Amino acid sequence: MGVGIKVEHLNAFYGKTQSLWDINLDVLANHATALIGPSGCGKSTFIRCLNRMHETIPDARVEGAVHIGELSVYNGTSATQLRRRVGMVFQKPNPFPTMSIYDNVAAGLKLNGFRNRKKIDEVVERSLNGAALWTEVKDSLHKKSGASLSGGQQQRLCIARALAVQPEVLLMDEPCSALDPISTGKIEELIFQLKEQYTIVIVTHNMQQAARVAEFTGFFLLGKLIEFDKTEKVFTNPSDKRTEDYVTGRFG
Amino acid sequence: MNANSLAVQIPPISMRRQITDRMMTGIALLTVVLVLLPLFAIFAYLVYRGIGSINWAFLTQTPKPVGEPGGGMANAIIGSVVILGIASLLGVPFGIGAGIYLAEYGRNRYGDLVRFVSDVLNGVPSIVIGIVAYGLVVLRQKHFSALAGGVALAIMMVPTIARTTEQMLLLVPQAIREAAYGLGVSRWRTTISITLRTATSGVITGVMLAFARVAGETAPLLFTAFGNQFWNLDINQPTAALSLQIFTYAISPFDEWHRQAWAGALVLIVLIVGAVAAVRIAVRHGTLAGA
Repeated sequence: MGVGIKVEHLNAFYGKTQSLWDINLDVLANHATALIGPSGCGKSTFIRCLNRMHETIPDARVEGAVHIGELSVYNGTSATQLRRRVGMVFQKPNPFPTMSIYDNVAAGLKLNGFRNRKKIDEVVERSLNGAALWTEVKDSLHKKSGASLSGGQQQRLCIARALAVQPEVLLMDEPCSALDPISTGKIEELIFQLKEQYTIVIVTHNMQQAARVAEFTGFFLLGKLIEFDKTEKVFTNPSDKRTEDYVTGRFG
Repeated sequence: MNANSLAVQIPPISMRRQITDRMMTGIALLTVVLVLLPLFAIFAYLVYRGIGSINWAFLTQTPKPVGEPGGGMANAIIGSVVILGIASLLGVPFGIGAGIYLAEYGRNRYGDLVRFVSDVLNGVPSIVIGIVAYGLVVLRQKHFSALAGGVALAIMMVPTIARTTEQMLLLVPQAIREAAYGLGVSRWRTTISITLRTATSGVITGVMLAFARVAGETAPLLFTAFGNQFWNLDINQPTAALSLQIFTYAISPFDEWHRQAWAGALVLIVLIVGAVAAVRIAVRHGTLAGA
């Protein structure tokens, strides 16, 4: 089951440049929350703070508190432990190029020391099913490399890979930006189903997509969270002038 | 204003350009031939001079005393394999380890220092490396040995392997590492099971490059492995090596030994090419098609 996320006074830095300013936000469990905003507004940085991916960049630094369920992200939890509970799907599909489809999905389990082969078989099938990819690849699980799939399939493979470690939260950083409309449609459908089991935070450049998949939407601008509310409210009756300008296409 | 005023008139491709194009292609081909020519010439000449002296006795017997015809270089062939084995066993792990450090952890001043030292080490004359191994191993053991020869060659392998491993690991996109981090895989595990695995074929190329380079080295073995006219499989004893045997025989005044030196050179080059090809094929079978 998904868990909620609580963000309090979050500031993020790259060296001396501050890129996030005092973000406060509550993400509801088992819902999809979309983050929108122009390029460079900090929404990707924000999502990368939720699973401590931000700190893999040299000189990057975070202040403030994040709770994922009962887990305090920046206090007493190791990054690897946290990331097993917070899955991530990236902007560009990034399957492991030297691994078969099967090994890609099983990677999270195998590399974390899980050895029960029968169980892994089950998890791989369930994860690929969960990512709506099973029927397309079930005959070439071991024969084909993850990199030989089409872009849309690769992205669903990456979702399956993230699901295999059974996270509680799924972070998606513009998961459809490299995909065609048909693949995008499939992934959006998927997000709808995944909400039942996971809490989803999705960064997107596409406002229609935010409106379609998310119950809540946050609008970022210049590293600040300008508005956070029910999606419907943000798109039809925003309380901030800048949000209105952005969602109506007057800037950005 | 005319709508076409911005249109540029691109002239048809002139005769001069077509000729230049052909000429450049021709020059490029010519340089390829010029580069490959010495290699084939050397190999052909080795076969021409050496093949006549290669026979069963040459491959299975030890050298005969001066003046007696016959005999072979079996002990030197095995000696070379032993010394190169020791060199690879020592040099490959250190080289790959250093390469991993440089690529994954060494993006700082200490890493720059290691890179600089490694490049300098790569340029140190091989005989100097031999003296170092002499000081490190031979003086301590109080006698020459295959181990000392292996250490000398290992020192020569490390910088080449380290730098190519570093380059190959840096070619692996950051996104691949992040994918592994995102699954809760630790940094070290990611480096070994994801990054290094993705770069395997490039790393192997570096290892084979280093191997092929030291396989023919003579100078660092002169006062480490020293050479031996008899069978020896003890790595703590002086050991024959093909390159040493070739050197000794080539500067001798005997025609029979000259012929054997040519044959030895041919065997050495075939061994190196064979080893490189075998590793390549093994790696190709080990990795997935389409990867």
